Amino acid sequence: MQKTLLHLSLALLITLGASAQSDRYAAAMQKNITLLDSAKTIDQLQSLAGTFDRIGDAEKTQWLPYYYAALAQTWVGWSPETRDKDANAARIRSYLSKAEAIEKNAETYAIENMASTQQMLMDPQTRWATNGKDASEALQKGMSIDPDNPRLYYLQAMSLFGTPAQFGGGKDKAKPVFEKSIALFKSAQPKPLYPTWGLPQAEQGLAQCQ
Amino acid sequence: MKTPVIFIACLLLSVGTLHAQTTISGTVKDGKGHPIRGASVTIKDSYDGATVDSLGNFHFQTAEKGTFILSITNIGYNPVEQQVGLTGTPIQLHIVLKEQLSELKAVTITAGSFTAGDAKRGAVLSSLDVATTAGSNADITAALKTLPGAQQVGEQEGLFVRGGAGYEAKQYIDGTLVNNPYYTSVPDIAQRGRFSPFLFKGTVFSTGGYSALYGQALSSVVLLESIDLPEKSEVDATISPLVVGMGTQQLAKNKQSSYGFSYDYVNPAAYFGLVPQDVDYFRMPQFHNGDANFRIRTKSGGMIKYYTTFAYNDLGIRRQDYDSLNMKDAFNLANHNWYNNLSWRDYIGNGWKMDLGASYSTNLDNLGQQVQNAMNQPQPFPDSVFWMNFKNFNIDQRQDLSQVRGVFDKKLGALSAIRFGTEYWYSYNYQKFHTPQYGIDTMYKFKDNFNSLFLESDIYLTNALAAKAGIRYEHSTIINRSDIAPRVSLAYRTGPEAQVSVAYGVFYQKPENSQLFYTTNVGFTKATHYIVNYQKMSKDRIFRVEAYYKKYEDLIKTVPVNYYYSTYNNSGSGYAKGIELFWRDKKSFRNFDYWISYSYLDTKRNYLNYTEQLMPAFSATHTASIVMKRFFTKIKSGINLTYSWATGRPYYDFRLDGVKYNLAQQGKTKDYNSLNFSAEYVPGISNPKARTFIVLFASVSNVLGYNSVYGYNFSYSGMYKQPITPPANRFYFIGCFLSWGVDRTQDAINNNL
Repeated sequence: MQKTLLHLSLALLITLGASAQSDRYAAAMQKNITLLDSAKTIDQLQSLAGTFDRIGDAEKTQWLPYYYAALAQTWVGWSPETRDKDANAARIRSYLSKAEAIEKNAETYAIENMASTQQMLMDPQTRWATNGKDASEALQKGMSIDPDNPRLYYLQAMSLFGTPAQFGGGKDKAKPVFEKSIALFKSAQPKPLYPTWGLPQAEQGLAQCQ
Repeated sequence: MKTPVIFIACLLLSVGTLHAQTTISGTVKDGKGHPIRGASVTIKDSYDGATVDSLGNFHFQTAEKGTFILSITNIGYNPVEQQVGLTGTPIQLHIVLKEQLSELKAVTITAGSFTAGDAKRGAVLSSLDVATTAGSNADITAALKTLPGAQQVGEQEGLFVRGGAGYEAKQYIDGTLVNNPYYTSVPDIAQRGRFSPFLFKGTVFSTGGYSALYGQALSSVVLLESIDLPEKSEVDATISPLVVGMGTQQLAKNKQSSYGFSYDYVNPAAYFGLVPQDVDYFRMPQFHNGDANFRIRTKSGGMIKYYTTFAYNDLGIRRQDYDSLNMKDAFNLANHNWYNNLSWRDYIGNGWKMDLGASYSTNLDNLGQQVQNAMNQPQPFPDSVFWMNFKNFNIDQRQDLSQVRGVFDKKLGALSAIRFGTEYWYSYNYQKFHTPQYGIDTMYKFKDNFNSLFLESDIYLTNALAAKAGIRYEHSTIINRSDIAPRVSLAYRTGPEAQVSVAYGVFYQKPENSQLFYTTNVGFTKATHYIVNYQKMSKDRIFRVEAYYKKYEDLIKTVPVNYYYSTYNNSGSGYAKGIELFWRDKKSFRNFDYWISYSYLDTKRNYLNYTEQLMPAFSATHTASIVMKRFFTKIKSGINLTYSWATGRPYYDFRLDGVKYNLAQQGKTKDYNSLNFSAEYVPGISNPKARTFIVLFASVSNVLGYNSVYGYNFSYSGMYKQPITPPANRFYFIGCFLSWGVDRTQDAINNNL
């Protein structure tokens, strides 16, 4: 009896402890993902990148916190206020490399694509051969891992949208890719805490192609 | 019996309900008190922490209790860890992070050097810039002439830098000296360089104060670094009325090695039919150029590269003689040149890097001149008009240069480094001078064993302060002299994008072959450089201003023995000083890129047959260039314009009076002006994945037809001077470049997955 009770309490302790741990992780992630969705200023985004990075460092085995840290830093990079995109890309990659050490997947390639794109946009004429090439390679690698990732198609559509028609881009080329990405967004069933961003942006992009 | 359960329940409850939190706040700044935005403050192994805001402040609360490590990190800074006791009492911290030495942030020494290259930090030009500068027609030297420091000399090949003659500037490929970088000289017509800009990923044009790793150039070195592996396999073709060529580069599937070869043939017969030339080509110029290479990436990330090129060219031109209006001078030239360069760069562990190089070149010229009459027949003269006979000659000459070189480099700390090395050159020079009138052959030859030892150190005290100090020892057996040349340079960052550099150096150079044939009782010529440079460089704009002073000593003087024969000594001297400006701007006008160079030069020298210190005939007081490039994406075309201007250059008539030169006449040419235009049409740019890539290129040099006079040739009597002008007023080029590429990107991706 005593033994049973001891076992029971031990089991309880372990379960409670474990669930407390994962609850804490899930709660912290959920809270900060919500904050990230509404973050507006660079300081807010920067702060969230730091928070996700800390969660990642504390958890050690989760790629998602580092992914979100890199994502927040990527949003910093899209801001015109961030002038040195190379320095920002170095920050993005410092988070991304921690995520990739745990898991390399279509979502991490999506970030790699954005980091390289941001660097390329600083001086497209001279950088398309280097950063631009890295960006498109990241896209291709991501798509070969997950051919149905809606964000990769959204990013591909954005790249086509931003490329002048003379260079093989333009609205006409971008439109079907936006449409494909929206269809994939709608059928996607992301796991809890997995990235979901992109649908509004893709719809906005499509609207601009009309 | 129930106690453990209750105890556990209480424990869990207490963790969830305790709210006694500790507030941690403070600032994170760098050594100069600037906030470090984005730095991370973290309680190790917890979720708690904060990110530093734009003012350098951070603030957070934690429920943790006890002693923890607080870690403060930011990219590019040394992390700081600090123990904190979390008790509920607020903690205030003022953290200072020290910047790491980093290659991206550290200053580079820019005094006296222009870097061109795509991957280079502080690059002023990209490789493509060299090709698309109007007037350059993809000649490296011509493109470098649009930078400050170089003179607009059109009658001789070479870079005339800061009061230095063309032979005082040398070219190095992957560390080894190039003995014959230009096609063999033709009197009064500048020849092109032998090497295409597309062979190189980086070019450093040093206008003075260069590193102890290089020597034997009094004024300037051009350091060319060949590309490692091509991006893809391709076949190229060039079709133009002037040139046809074909080549290929083959990149191995694993992208670790490549090989390639190419051949082209230049014959301007059709072109000269359309565009009349001032000179009469009795042997149509023809150039055959072939090259081959292989490149291997080693396991440790190093590179082994071999490049060889073989060239044969032939021409004969007939021009008005400047002593007699009825006579013509017919000059002919055949040249064979074979150049080989093998280099091995590798990492050998413990921060050591090695650069080994070997090169062999041989250059054979068969040239001659004959005075001809109006019927283009040889014209004999009596001995009394020896100056006319002197214009009849045949020369067979050969220059061989074999070199080995090794440089070892050791990193000390993050950026500082020490390097040392040695080089050995064996040169063989031969000349047979034949005087047809008397059937006399005069033979000259010499061998030289030249070696050097050098030591150099890069010292980075902070990201804002760097120094480079070096010393070089050289010895040449033919003159049996040694020298020791110290070099020092320093750079200091004065603002976020601004820096000041200074450089000092002593440079030695052997006398020219043509002098060593006559005497070996001469020593090294010597120049001392002092340079100060200010540079402000942002992503799209570069502003540079540089001032220098150069002192020349022991320059070679001609000691005439008679009209035919001279010997030489080191009694010459001179100076050069000046200010140069450079401004490049890609930002102010959309899709428009331009740069402006200006050089002010004050120089005098007493050398060769000069009678006193005079401004040398190749120098102009003011020189300026403006280079403009605009690409129109709509029409897939680019337009480039270069305008160069220089004030007139002095010219002299030195007349031999017994065994002494007199300055009989002098004057100044009119200003030099040239407007060059080029355009390219790149239809394939819309489809980067296309297998066939086409570039149509057209250029016109001296669009406005300005009549340039580079100087004068004086008749023996001194009564007549004949202007030195280009063989045609304008030069037109039209060509089509095709490439068929096999993009291995997809293979590489598939192999890496």
